[in-house]
Amino acid sequence: MGNAKLTQKIVFFLLGVATVMVIIPVILIFALILVNGLQAISLEFIFSTPKAGMTQGGIFPAIVGTLYLVLGTAAFSLPLGILAAIYLTEYASDNWLTRLIDIAIINLAGVPSIVFGLFGVALFVILLNFGTSILSGSLTLSIMTLPVIITASKEALNSVPKSFREVSYSLGASRWQTVRNVVLPNAIPGIMTGTILGLSRAAGETAPILFTVAAFYLPRLPRTVYDQAMALPYHIYVLSTQVPNVPVKIQYGTVLVLIVIVFFMNISAAYIRAKFRKKKQW
Amino acid sequence: MIKKFFESLIEKAIFISGITAIAIVVLIFIFLLKESVYFFLNNNLAEILFGMDWYPISEPPKFGFLPLILGSVLVTVGAIVIAVPVGLAAAIYISEVAPGWFKEILKTGIELLAAIPSIVLGFVGIVVLAPFIRNLFNLPSGLTAFAGSIMLAFMAMPTIVSIIEDAINSVPKSYREGSLALGATHLQTIRRVILPAASSGIMAAVMLGIGRVIGETMAVLMVTGNAAIMPTSILQPVRTLTATIAAEMGEVIQGSMHYYALFGIGFVLFVITFFINLAADMFLHRKKS
Repeated sequence: MGNAKLTQKIVFFLLGVATVMVIIPVILIFALILVNGLQAISLEFIFSTPKAGMTQGGIFPAIVGTLYLVLGTAAFSLPLGILAAIYLTEYASDNWLTRLIDIAIINLAGVPSIVFGLFGVALFVILLNFGTSILSGSLTLSIMTLPVIITASKEALNSVPKSFREVSYSLGASRWQTVRNVVLPNAIPGIMTGTILGLSRAAGETAPILFTVAAFYLPRLPRTVYDQAMALPYHIYVLSTQVPNVPVKIQYGTVLVLIVIVFFMNISAAYIRAKFRKKKQW
Repeated sequence: MIKKFFESLIEKAIFISGITAIAIVVLIFIFLLKESVYFFLNNNLAEILFGMDWYPISEPPKFGFLPLILGSVLVTVGAIVIAVPVGLAAAIYISEVAPGWFKEILKTGIELLAAIPSIVLGFVGIVVLAPFIRNLFNLPSGLTAFAGSIMLAFMAMPTIVSIIEDAINSVPKSYREGSLALGATHLQTIRRVILPAASSGIMAAVMLGIGRVIGETMAVLMVTGNAAIMPTSILQPVRTLTATIAAEMGEVIQGSMHYYALFGIGFVLFVITFFINLAADMFLHRKKS
């Protein structure tokens, strides 16, 4: 028996070592980016365009481009995703069609990001003739984000107790009235959390925007949705693999800005979730 | 009356949105097929799948997928060999062993990892991991299949850990109590009772991990050295299916055979990940029933 206890101690210790070996690199990566990136950060870095073959200047157009893409992605994927989740939780019955939709969502979530990029090229850039533009890029990113938003919204809608709906129906409300006035308001924090998380993924994605929107360098900011745009993830790719002799400081600075944007979104999502949990009384 | 009309309108919109997911998957399939069917019909299928040369812009061009497929397989196998045991260990430790406060820290760490964009990990791979591997094995360059495997193992970790954790947590309490009551130690209970009961969840985690790894593009493109040659060692540069599309699609002439060939690769990737996800979903559902 003493032997078994000792084995258990050793095994548990080894399991702990394995776990910590996953976490330590994460901490080191953040420390590395923070320490090196902070040296580049200045108002000029944030608010000016790249200069001298990207070896000087800032990253303003890339920041703006990424913000445009996040907004564009939200504009398409948010209404579509929420309505789809409403269909699945409030309207759909348990039949083959619903099962097919579930399978489609699961598979969509697993499609490689570069395949979304190819699809975006074929459908939006070429067939619909949107060209390499913010419109094509946002649509491509929307499709990639859709499964995340649908899944999170479904969960949020499902967590609204059945009794709420029953009370609403018993008062003579129609199904849409119930959804509109009872279910949706109670599910909104959960939907927001999932949506922000989905959009934060879109903000950091590179492969889907490579051929649908991303510009190597643009001297001016995009003016319409039919313009190309620079974007932070693609700019990191350019700085670290395509342009020679970019100071490491600038590379780290760009990475830090992207990380800050992505984590700001993640933390907002976590904050909304935590606040909602406290308020939830059922 | 107007209200009724509005209501039926919005309910139609809800239904249409509901089936969009199906429409998109079907559209992706059709477009990949449409853009690659010309390539598959005009080239010998055996030469595509087993051709050992990928020279898309030589004269005549050679479109052998084998070096790319083997590149993907090599990097994926390497990543899974690292990620599954470590991920399993981490999931067991987090859900069974770690004390409350430590558990929260570890879970937050895993969530942070999941949130790092792949381009950032690719960047870290170039500036830190590749030089490290170069020095460790005394290589001309650290940008190798091995670097890709490590990076991908890291990226697949959050998926693998969180799904295995879910599987472990959904094992009924009575199983564990029964085992402990019979005098088994905690470790024996984990090994003989909890892990077998969670096995289909663990399989699903492995499948989804593989799907994640095969489809990953940017980090792999940046750290594997990008040489479309038949791989002979894990310490050599390779080129994966995904990286090939990312690296070449920008320079390709639309409508050329090379263009269609890249869609052909996309089609192959889509089919592979489709079946992997389907398999993972089956494992997950078996667990529930």
